[in-house]
Amino acid sequence: MTAEPDIVLSVRDLTVDFTQRQGSFRAVDGVSFDLRAGRTLGIVGESGSGKSVTARALMQLVDPPGRITSGSIRLGEIDIAQLPRRGEAIRAIRGADISMIFQEPMSSLSPVHTIGAQVMEVLELHLKLDRKAARARTIELLGQVEIPNPEQAIDRYAYEFSGGMRQRAMIAMALACNPRVLIADEPTTALDVTTQAEVLDLIGRIQRERGMAMLLITHDMGVVAETVDDVAVMYRGQVVEAGPVDQVFHGATHPYTQRLLAATLKLEQPAARPALSVVSSPILSLRNLGKTYQLGIGAFGGKAKGTLRAVDAVSLELAAGETLGIVGESGSGKTTLGRLILRTVEPTDGEVVYSPPGAAPVVVRTLDKAGLRNLYSEIRFIFQDPFASLNPRMTVRQIVGEPLLINRRGSAAEINARVSQLLELVGLDAEMMDRYPHAFSGGQRQRIGIARALALDPKVLIADEPTSALDVSIRSQILDLLIELRQRLGLSFIFISHDIGVIRYFCDRVAVMRRGRVVEVGDAQTICTSPSHPYTQALISAVPYPDPRRPRMQQRARYTETSLGVATLR
Amino acid sequence: MSGVMSEEDLALPPPIIARAGNSAATASQWRLMAWRFSRHKLAVVSLVIVVLLYLTGIFAEFLAPYSPETTRPQYTYAPPQGINLFAPSADGGWAFNFHASGYDITVDTEAMRRSFTANPDKIIPLGLFVEGQPYRLFGLIDANIHLIGATDPKEVVYLFGSDRLGRDVLSRLIHGTRISMSIGLVGVVISLVLGVFFGGISGYYGGWLDSVIQRLIEVISAMPTIPLWMGLAAAIPLTWGPIEVYFTVTAIVSLLGWTSLAREVRGRFFSLRNEDFVTAARLDGAGEMRIIFRQMLPSMTSHILAMVTLAVPAMIIAETSLSFLGVGLKPPVVSWGVLLQDAQNLRAITSAPWLLFWPALFVMIAVLSFNFLGDGLRDAADPYDS
Repeated sequence: MTAEPDIVLSVRDLTVDFTQRQGSFRAVDGVSFDLRAGRTLGIVGESGSGKSVTARALMQLVDPPGRITSGSIRLGEIDIAQLPRRGEAIRAIRGADISMIFQEPMSSLSPVHTIGAQVMEVLELHLKLDRKAARARTIELLGQVEIPNPEQAIDRYAYEFSGGMRQRAMIAMALACNPRVLIADEPTTALDVTTQAEVLDLIGRIQRERGMAMLLITHDMGVVAETVDDVAVMYRGQVVEAGPVDQVFHGATHPYTQRLLAATLKLEQPAARPALSVVSSPILSLRNLGKTYQLGIGAFGGKAKGTLRAVDAVSLELAAGETLGIVGESGSGKTTLGRLILRTVEPTDGEVVYSPPGAAPVVVRTLDKAGLRNLYSEIRFIFQDPFASLNPRMTVRQIVGEPLLINRRGSAAEINARVSQLLELVGLDAEMMDRYPHAFSGGQRQRIGIARALALDPKVLIADEPTSALDVSIRSQILDLLIELRQRLGLSFIFISHDIGVIRYFCDRVAVMRRGRVVEVGDAQTICTSPSHPYTQALISAVPYPDPRRPRMQQRARYTETSLGVATLR
Repeated sequence: MSGVMSEEDLALPPPIIARAGNSAATASQWRLMAWRFSRHKLAVVSLVIVVLLYLTGIFAEFLAPYSPETTRPQYTYAPPQGINLFAPSADGGWAFNFHASGYDITVDTEAMRRSFTANPDKIIPLGLFVEGQPYRLFGLIDANIHLIGATDPKEVVYLFGSDRLGRDVLSRLIHGTRISMSIGLVGVVISLVLGVFFGGISGYYGGWLDSVIQRLIEVISAMPTIPLWMGLAAAIPLTWGPIEVYFTVTAIVSLLGWTSLAREVRGRFFSLRNEDFVTAARLDGAGEMRIIFRQMLPSMTSHILAMVTLAVPAMIIAETSLSFLGVGLKPPVVSWGVLLQDAQNLRAITSAPWLLFWPALFVMIAVLSFNFLGDGLRDAADPYDS
C-alpha cells in the first residue's frame, strides 16, 4: 500500500433510473466512490439496495428500462457514463480494463464451449493472440487460479466442473487481459462455505499480486470483514456510510449500519434462552435412515447406470422440547433427510419412530394414508423459499386456513377466528388476511408459512433453511420469533441449515452431515467452538467472522478431501 | 412482537406491485391478469374483434340483408355497390340521402354474360332497420327487420357483390361467420378435455404411466391428418347432412389433435408437482383430488385458456382449407371455406375478385385476432413472475 494510492476508477454522483409505468424508480441515487490500485472496496447492502446495479453500471451493463441518468465514471481520461451502451468504445473496456466475476458460476459460463475456448476467446479478441499463444496463456491462467491439471482442464466443459471450479474458471477468464479493475458481484454467494473461503483466498491473493483495484459486492458482513480494505454501505440506492473497514465495523455512525452490524453480530452467539431441563425421552427417533437414488433410468425403464446414496444410515434422536440442528454443505443430504422424516421422499431403508407424549409410538414407515395425515398434523414443515411455498393464487386467509379446513377443525367462523389468532401470534396484522402473498415481503411471507405450520397445534416442527432466503436483519427477527414460539408452545425443532451462525444461535444440539452421513453430533456450543471431527473443524473455521480485527478465515483448518477441489466427473 | 412491521419496512423496499395502495394487495389472479392483459394493446383490439365476430355469428339473420340462399339469376356476378351519403337534390344542390348507386345492365349475347356498369344517377335509397325477408331469430322469434337494406323491398343491393347464382356475398359471409367461428370449437373442446386428462395424469403420476402416455402421443402425432380426414369424409353415410358429417369428422380428428395440449399440461404438472406450495398442501393433509383441483389446476387455467385461444385459429384454418379442397363442409352449408371454394376458378378471380377477397379477408382477420389474443393471454397468464 503506497502513501498516496493512485485512483484507477472514480465514480461521482452516479444515478441509475429504471423507467416504469408510473414514473421512474431510482435504483442508484448519487453514489460516489474511488477504486485504488491494490485495494479492495466492498459494497455491502441487503437485497434491493442497488449494489448490483451499481456494479453493472460501471461496465455499462445496466439493462433497459434502466439507464444511467447522471454522474460520471472516470477511468483515466474516459468517462464510461457518457459512452453508448453498445459500441466499440465500451467493448474495448469490458474485459480488458474492467472485468467482472458473476454470482452464478453455472449460468455465466457457456455450456456448449469448453472452458479453454471461452478463456481463449477473450485473449484472441482483446490481445489479438493467435490460437497457439492463446492456448498456452490459458493453461497458464488456469494454473494460476489453482485448477489442477490445467492441460487437461482446458478441454473440459463447464458441467464437468464443480461450483468452486467453475468460479475459478470465471476468475481465469476475468483475469485474461490483466484488467486494472476487477468487479466481483457476490462471487461466492452460490458456493459452500469451505469453497467460499478458498475462492476468496484466491481472489485476494491474485488481486494483491497484480495490484488490481477491486470492487467486491456482497450482502455478507463476514466476507466484508475478512477481505476488503474499505467499505461502502448501501441502503435504498444510497451510500449511507463509507470508510476503512475497521472504522465502519467499530465506529459506525449511520443507524442503518449499526442495525446491520447488530443483526450480524447477534447471530454470532447463541440466543439467550433457558437451558434445556432434564433431557426427556425422545419424541422423534431416526434409526439407520437411508435413501438411495437410482441414476440414469431411461424412457423404456431398464437398468440403472448407478446409484446415489443421498442419505446413508442416519440415526438421530430428538428429545421433546429440544432443538436439533442439522448442518451441512450442499449435497450433504440434509434437505433429503428432512423430507424422509415425513415421507415426502420415500426412504429406502431405516425407520422413523414418532413417540408423542402419553401415546403409543408410531412407526412412520408403516402408516397408511389416514395415519400419515394424522402424523402431518403433529409434525409440521417450514419451507426454505417464502415465495415458492405459498400458492400465489390463494389469499393468506385461505393459505393459513387450508390445514384447518382439510382436517375439519371447526366451522368457517371458528377457522376464521383461529387464522386471525395465528397471524397475530406470528406478528402479522390479522386485518391483512384477505391479501395475496404478492403483497408481502420475504420476511412477512415466512411468517405466514410459520402460521400455517402452527395451525394444527403441532408437537414437532421441521424447518428446512427457513432463513436462508432472507436478509440478515430479517433473519434474526424470524429466528427470535421461532424461539419465542418454541417456548410458548413447547415445540421440538429439527432445524436444517447450511449456516453455522444460525445453527449456533438457535439450536441446542447439532448434527453435522457430509455426503449423506452424520459425521458428528453434539452440543451446539461445543461443535461451534471446539469441534472434534476434522471436517467440522474445516467447516467452522471457513465461516467468515464479521470483525476485521478478528479474522477467522486466515487461520482456517483445511479438510484435505474437500479442499483439493477435484473436478467432479459425472 | 411490537415494532416488527416498522423494522421490516426499514430493511426492505416496498413489496412488489405497489399499485393503487391496497387494491393490488387483495387483487386476485384474474384481476392481475386483466391488468397485464390491458397493457397489450394489440391483444385488447383483437379481443374486441373476436367478440364482434361472434356477435356477427349470433345475430347473422338480423345483420345480413338477405338470406344466404336467395338466388337472383338476373344479377349473376354483380360487382359491389358503393354506399353514398349524399345525392343531388331536386333543387340542384346536395342533400343527405343514404343510398347505393344502381347498375346499368347490358347482356352480351355472344359471351352469354351480363356486364354491370355503375350508374350514379340511379339512386337506391338505403335504410337502417329496414323491413325485408322474414326470418326466425334463434329459431324462436319471427322477425323481418334487417340492420341494413334498401328501403324499397323490391330493390336489390349487393354491398359486397354477388356470386355465380346472384346470391349476396355479404349475407353469405355473415352466415358463414356463424359456421366457421363455431364449428372448430367442438374440436377444441374435445382436445381440451382429452389433453387436460391425459396430460394431467401423465404429469401428476409420472413413472410408467407417463411413459405409456408419452409413447401413445408420439404415435398419434405421427398420423397424417388430411388423408385421414378425406378417408373419413368418404366413409360417412351419404344420407347424413353436411354439417353432421363435418361434426363427426372434426370430432374424430380432434381425438388425434389433443396431443400438443396434453404435452403442455404434462409439463406444467411436472413443474408444479415439485413446487413447495404443492408439497405444503400435501403436508396439510390434502388428498390428491384437492391438491389437483385446488392447488395445481388454478395455477394453470390461465395457461390452458391461452393455449385454447391459440388452438381456435388452427381449427378455423383447418375448416377453411378442407372445405376449399372439397372434403370439409359442402354447399348448401355456408362457411368461409365454402365461399372460397366458389373462387377456385380463374374466371371468378378475373371477373369477380370480390368472391376471393372478402372471405379471405375475414379468415385473415379472424385468425390474426385469435393469435394476437392468445399471445396477449399467454403473456398475462402468469402475473406472478416479474
